[in-house]
Amino acid sequence: MFLAPNIIGFLLFSMLPVGATLVISLLNWDLIRDPEFVGLQNYTTLLTEDPLFREVLFNTAYFVVGVVPASIVISLLLALAMNNGLRGISLFRAIFFIPVITSSVAVAMLWRWLYNTDYGLINVGLNAMGLPYIPWLTSTDWAMPAVIIMAVWKSLGYNMVIYLAGLQGISPTLYEAAALDGAGGWARFRDITLPLLGPTTFFILVISVINSFQVFDLTFILTQGGPGIATTTIVMYIYDQGFRYFQMGYAAAIAWVLFIIIFLITLAQMQYQKRWVHYD
Amino acid sequence: MSESAGNAPPLSQAAGQKTVQVWLRMIFAYTALVIGSAVMILPFLWVVSTSLKTSPEVFAYPVVWIPEVIQWGNYPMVLELLPFGRYLLNTAFVTTSVTILEVVTASLAAFAFARLRFRGRDKLFMLYLGTLMIPGQVTLIPNFLLMRWFGWIDTYLALIVPAAFSAFGTFLLRQFFLSIPRELEEAARVDGASPFRVYWQIIMPLSGPALATFAVFSFMTQWNAFLWPMIVTQSEGTRTLTVGLRFFQDELVTQFNYLMAGTVMSIVPVLVLFLALQRYFVRGIAMTGMGGR
Repeated sequence: MFLAPNIIGFLLFSMLPVGATLVISLLNWDLIRDPEFVGLQNYTTLLTEDPLFREVLFNTAYFVVGVVPASIVISLLLALAMNNGLRGISLFRAIFFIPVITSSVAVAMLWRWLYNTDYGLINVGLNAMGLPYIPWLTSTDWAMPAVIIMAVWKSLGYNMVIYLAGLQGISPTLYEAAALDGAGGWARFRDITLPLLGPTTFFILVISVINSFQVFDLTFILTQGGPGIATTTIVMYIYDQGFRYFQMGYAAAIAWVLFIIIFLITLAQMQYQKRWVHYD
Repeated sequence: MSESAGNAPPLSQAAGQKTVQVWLRMIFAYTALVIGSAVMILPFLWVVSTSLKTSPEVFAYPVVWIPEVIQWGNYPMVLELLPFGRYLLNTAFVTTSVTILEVVTASLAAFAFARLRFRGRDKLFMLYLGTLMIPGQVTLIPNFLLMRWFGWIDTYLALIVPAAFSAFGTFLLRQFFLSIPRELEEAARVDGASPFRVYWQIIMPLSGPALATFAVFSFMTQWNAFLWPMIVTQSEGTRTLTVGLRFFQDELVTQFNYLMAGTVMSIVPVLVLFLALQRYFVRGIAMTGMGGR
């Protein structure tokens, strides 16, 4: 009785669609003609005959590798800086959090203007420092770094707050004991802080990788996937195939491949964590 | 032990060294945070500044930070250029509806998972948890086809109904309900109170902070949603702010003062909510963080 509303919605909009996507991925269906069963053809085309998909896959991996480590390292440093019993922590935390609560669409609109080649604040700043203008959004080499910088900027506050919670869970007596044993600042960081933050780092890593693989709003607004397809990511490709070319079957197959990629990577992280994450 | 004590400097000197070290660390930390904050905040100031400029000022060099005459008129102008009021109303209506529905359905389900006994409860709960790992794009196409089949495309229903059931919220609230001591309900149960009364008069009033945390999160997620609203809306009557902004961008390619005024207007409502309810946002983050442990 209590469950009824939620479970109906859950089954209809979460469970059923997961299976339905699998079925649709076996069809050739453009929403106009009747769907036609084609077996695994969408998958074989996707994985063996579609050069675009390979590039899209590469772009997505590039994005993930660019965003996740940078965001983790910078947000950890910021959290460490904040964990010194400073005054005004809540103000800093609020400031870093503003990009987190701002919609990706607004963030990308904002950065499109920042990245403007001739009048954007970033190039104006570079110019003031005597550096050359960078064609951020019009060069295939610079477009992805531009997307990555923006995504790191947006994600810092979220990871920082999680790290801060992790840091505050470390008992100060551990540091005192280590200081008595003559451990320096770096040794304390390496031997106490980092290992005890292991579970936090693992959580941030898994969540960030999953989220980064699903990037859409940021690139869709900032670059529309361009120039060319330099910043087209997997989800944008799903959107293009499904809702611009109405290749429902093909789009569903891409969605399942994305799901499997995310699943396998998460599984690998779970396995590998036993070597470096210690829960006490 | 005695050895290290012998090598240690006299206490006062050690303390003095320590304060210098602490001061250095504080200065270092402050510097890092101030620079970081500047990097976070400057783009927003730049956007606000741009939104209040005339077109020539937007492209002026050197950069004009404070416009000579502040162009408040850019804002009403944006409202004329596109049905921003309508988008705002759509977003507010959809977001509020989804938030309320999500809190109601998730808290009911969480109560069932936390307090009621029924067959297959734990297996069902695992299924809920499992779907948290499935990327939303996997359900995108079937849900779109379902909306088409229901005839809900370009209606509020398509924006609200599929978003109203949250496995994440169910999980979050269940964990919180489990932490409420059972003794509190036992007296009521002995007096013959129905499960619904226990839910409504005991559990819910005790769960204010958890409900607020989830509600704030749900509101923010929904306000900022983009892909799904873009797919299921086709006209100005149902478009939300994020989707509207996107079309706005296509129309006004380089009129950055108007574009930025629109962007500012889309940010402000969530920003105000955040500043007012900051601790719930932060608690929500900490709670999702705990979920990973």
